Amino acid sequence: MRLLLVISDFIIPVTVLFIVCFGCLKRVKLYETFLEGAKDGLKTVVDILPTLIGLIVAVEVFRAGGLLDIMTNLIRPLADRCGFPAELAPLSLIRLVSSSAATGLLLDIFQNFGPDSFLGRVSSVMMSCTETVFYTMSLYFLSIGIRKTRYTLPCALVANFVGVIAAVVLVQMAFGK
Amino acid sequence: MLDAIWGFFIIGGILTAAALGRMDMVTAAVLSGGKSAVELAITMAGVIAMWSGILKIAEKGGMIDILAEKLTPAMDFLFPSVPRHHKARQYIAANFAANFLGLGWAATPAGLMAMKELQKLNREKDRATGAMCMFLTINMSSLQLVTVNILAYRTEFGSAAPAEIVGIGIAATFMTTLVGIIVAKIMDRTG
Repeated sequence: MRLLLVISDFIIPVTVLFIVCFGCLKRVKLYETFLEGAKDGLKTVVDILPTLIGLIVAVEVFRAGGLLDIMTNLIRPLADRCGFPAELAPLSLIRLVSSSAATGLLLDIFQNFGPDSFLGRVSSVMMSCTETVFYTMSLYFLSIGIRKTRYTLPCALVANFVGVIAAVVLVQMAFGK
Repeated sequence: MLDAIWGFFIIGGILTAAALGRMDMVTAAVLSGGKSAVELAITMAGVIAMWSGILKIAEKGGMIDILAEKLTPAMDFLFPSVPRHHKARQYIAANFAANFLGLGWAATPAGLMAMKELQKLNREKDRATGAMCMFLTINMSSLQLVTVNILAYRTEFGSAAPAEIVGIGIAATFMTTLVGIIVAKIMDRTG
């Protein structure tokens, strides 16, 4: 555990070090090149800002209106019938929409059941193998003006669904219920 | 599709709020949503600019070239329509590498640039290509091996073994990515 946290502390500095050293060896004009990239980066952020505003407002309105609660409540009995822990239904749904809201739910589960409980473990795995689909898809497609997204959404939803099921099944197999 | 989802979020959210008498909360959400987006963008600006700069050094130094070269067999399989040595492949490779390492903020600029390059190969500018669908599917299937912030939260809430879920997380991540690729491949073939 310690080792993992130490490694994770190392990842960013070592990546930066490695790239800069490599660039140095290849006689890249380091600072000049960095500035050139940073400028592009800033432009990117400005370009995606409207998308970001549209996204976050939509998600906030959706959550504040209570529709998300209604939807999770609808899924609950369905999940229950399939033997899927009902407490995790909101998390798996909200995870698709908002990363910060999902983290909030994860912490609620930790608080109420403990991180080492079945639910705590499953939700930890779920958080690590799924992604905020709505956010990522909008950001990437809208940045280049794609409106017809074809089969991207179904693929991403299937992958996420598999992640949710895999989290439950694998945790059950490894630690029991 | 995106229009439909966005419209559904806004219209559905406001209508439910009207039915449940939660209009005040929606008002607050509209006002705070824009604000938090700008705040997020300001945080992002620094980190993304930093990583874009570093990425540029990696690019000019030829490092991303080497990475893309090493991934050629995988790239040929996943993105057959993207020619070898095309810039799109390099940015995709950089995006995947950053995602693997859990450098989400570094992955975003590379990913956006990959999309821009893929768009250059696109004939119908408002319609996603197969390569775009595949790229985003893999991206959204989660590639990150170790989610450090989850481990940190587990530690914070007194887990006896915060990292015990890492192995399972990797297995689950592998499964989601694999299934994503398979489904995208099938969908691509059937139109």
